[in-house]
Amino acid sequence: MMRNLKRLFLPLLIAIAPLPALAQADAPAAAPVPVVTTADVPTAAPQFLAPEAGVGQPAREGIALQDPVTPIGREAHALVDGVLNPVMFIVSIFVLLLLAWTVVRFRARANPQPSKTSHNTVIEVVWTVVPVLILVWIAVPSFRLLANQYTPPKADITIKATGHQWYWEYEYPDQGAFTFDSVMLTEAEAAKRGSPNLLDVDNRIVLPAGATVRVLTTAADVIHAWAMPAFWVQMDAVPGRVNETWFKVDRPGVYFGQCFQLCGTKHGFMPIAVEVVSKERFAEWIAAKQKENGITSPTAPTAVLPAVSSAPPPAPAATPVAAAAPAAAPAA
Amino acid sequence: MASPSALAGHNDHAHEHHDDHKLSFVQRWLFSTNHKDIGTLYLIFAIIAGTIGGAISGIMRLELAQPGIQYLTFFTQGNLDASYHLWNVFITAHGLIMVFFTVMPAMIGGFGNWFVPIMIGAPDMAFPRMNNVSFWLLVPSFLLLVGSMFVEGPAGFNGVGTGWTLYAPLSTSSHPGPAVDMAILSLHLAGASSILGAINFITTILNMRAPGMTLHKMPLFVWSVLVTAFLLLLSLPVLAGAITMLLTDRNFGTHFFTADGGGDPLLYQHLFWFFGHPEVYILILPGFGMISQIISTFSKKPVFGYLGMAYAMVAIGFIGFLVWAHHMFTSGLDVNTKMYFTAATMIIAVPTGIKIFSWIATMWGGSMTFETPMLWAIGFIFMFTVGGVTGVMLSNAGLDTYFHNTYYVVAHFHYVLSLGAVFAIFAGFYYWFGKMTGKPYNEFLGKLHFWVFFVGVNVMFMPMHFLGQQGMPRRVPDYPAEFAYYNKMASYGYAIMAVGMLIFFVNLIVSFASKKRVADNYWGEGATTLEWTLSSPPPFHQFETLPVIK
Repeated sequence: MMRNLKRLFLPLLIAIAPLPALAQADAPAAAPVPVVTTADVPTAAPQFLAPEAGVGQPAREGIALQDPVTPIGREAHALVDGVLNPVMFIVSIFVLLLLAWTVVRFRARANPQPSKTSHNTVIEVVWTVVPVLILVWIAVPSFRLLANQYTPPKADITIKATGHQWYWEYEYPDQGAFTFDSVMLTEAEAAKRGSPNLLDVDNRIVLPAGATVRVLTTAADVIHAWAMPAFWVQMDAVPGRVNETWFKVDRPGVYFGQCFQLCGTKHGFMPIAVEVVSKERFAEWIAAKQKENGITSPTAPTAVLPAVSSAPPPAPAATPVAAAAPAAAPAA
Repeated sequence: MASPSALAGHNDHAHEHHDDHKLSFVQRWLFSTNHKDIGTLYLIFAIIAGTIGGAISGIMRLELAQPGIQYLTFFTQGNLDASYHLWNVFITAHGLIMVFFTVMPAMIGGFGNWFVPIMIGAPDMAFPRMNNVSFWLLVPSFLLLVGSMFVEGPAGFNGVGTGWTLYAPLSTSSHPGPAVDMAILSLHLAGASSILGAINFITTILNMRAPGMTLHKMPLFVWSVLVTAFLLLLSLPVLAGAITMLLTDRNFGTHFFTADGGGDPLLYQHLFWFFGHPEVYILILPGFGMISQIISTFSKKPVFGYLGMAYAMVAIGFIGFLVWAHHMFTSGLDVNTKMYFTAATMIIAVPTGIKIFSWIATMWGGSMTFETPMLWAIGFIFMFTVGGVTGVMLSNAGLDTYFHNTYYVVAHFHYVLSLGAVFAIFAGFYYWFGKMTGKPYNEFLGKLHFWVFFVGVNVMFMPMHFLGQQGMPRRVPDYPAEFAYYNKMASYGYAIMAVGMLIFFVNLIVSFASKKRVADNYWGEGATTLEWTLSSPPPFHQFETLPVIK
């Protein structure tokens, strides 16, 4: 009886134990980061980065996680590859081999006389304690990841994503609060841009490389979810609430995501496309958007671009496809 | 037993009179008060509902076999938007039918009714008429659910397209038509049916055990049904409350779940999953019990670590009430809440591990034979382990940011349900088929059924892990071409599984047509529970003299 009581209470103790130890600091509030508005910025014609196979989108016949492009994504990948997947494989194969051995060794022909053993305290304690130790071992890096997800660096830029049936609406609150809708492209339109079907949109989110981006999500009608697998980001967009998450992408390129919460008829057809560009290109894009929306200096005070502190991004393999690009981004 | 005072003596005159009376068909099958007849009705019901739910998933796998919409338009006269909605109706119906009308009726209503009273040496359930009410509530409930597919849901389209979770406000403002009201009423009836059943099982198990049958001598299947009944009793009222609030939000101007009226959509999710998580243990616990009986029988050994096994189920049931928000890791919970729910969820791996190892230890040192039920049971142990370890991955809130609502989740819960609960149901079905019918099932067809089904479900669900890792969301009727390869493989898996099910039905026909009869204890020395002391099939009323357990 005592053993069973322990068996009941041990899990409880362990469930409660990590709580106080892992209380974490509040996310620091980030100051709004204004963007330069020079009157003479040329109107940027639409320019769309061409997606690269295997980056920010599923790979054909792929079986692994999408390649991470954010620090949290890399940390999570290390956790999956270094801890969770090995544990899963080892446990599964151990149970399979144990079963196979038992079936062969103790089949009626090999072992005609069954034993009557039905208790063995030592082994019962072992197979209770060992899983507990494995779980504690898993828990430590897991909680670290979770804590890191909730302690973002100071945000350089904020975007707000509002889910609608069935498209996303985006707002850049600190760049003059202009908004635009992001609607899925047809198969033909997507093909013209070299994008996978069902993943690209007419108006992509454009963000500067290396900036810490704060994402606010909400919804206008039903619950949606703003999910970007390559960023290791998924946050529900709930009517009446504003949820917050963040990411930081160093590598220019275009990345795709989808609505991940069943939201009605065309749930499968409201994708997300994020274009990460150099800060110069981003400044042009913002300026063009502000001009398009008639936003002038007072709401968007002059300042330098988002204070991106990171080293120059790795070789930007992404290339603009639209020939109409006015100004090729100078080397960062 | 017409009288509810089942504990009264069995030699009273009324009883004898009743026994001699030949019941008409209507009396026996519509006004049933006999636990075995009601158990049979539940099993027939589960097979019918399971066939419908399985056929719906067949249409789903057919549609997903290649990118684009090919087959759904067949049902909607080519209207693409209607096809997308029909998809959502199918996923909703598949989920609700498999959970409420297939697995629960088969395990609890079917095998529970049939064997719990017998295993504890009782003549019947404690409340035989209430037992009948439980079953007959399920029939209109099922009809309401199926009927909801043919009335308006969202403007212009028929059926409930909300998923089995019925999240508000998708199920309220986004589905103005009466379809969701029908589904809510259906769930109310199914819930009432299960609550009555749970009361019946708890009363029966606590009050009607034969002399000497202490709680710690009860077969593990009875333990599993007892724990399950408590989970039902404690969780279903919460669901009933939640869907009643949905109903009033929809029809009577309340704002429990509408943000602009001061309510909160997340409140619904908390209430739903406070029921929903115990519910998934309700689906698997009786399976644990059956697997324990079967492993013990075919190893010719008593269950290893009996008390540990029993209290592991109690622990799983208890912790099952404390982990609900792990279904809501992306809904905007704060970080400390996520840490608690991660830790609590991981803990469930411990009692589950105890069960897996105890089953293997039961086989260890045994003298095993591998008839069909044992194949299903061994298949269960391994497949449930695979489904269990992916559960540890998903329990991790930081990783669930990626995996939540992807096909990885679909793969996980089908490994524990389609390859766990359903394997257990087939194991139990073959194990007790002779006891229930008096006829032997066909061993060759039974084994063929197992192997074909085993290959089929693995080919179907293993690639879903890959799709999930690549970031494919669940509940979508179409997908980028990049996901095509493994979707096609999964659809082939369905086809293989369907062949397995055909073999099952052929086996049913062959076995019922058989002129052979089985012995009382056709499994021999390993089968030690009380049902094997009775004839096959058991008499209409068993244990007129209560057995005494030493």
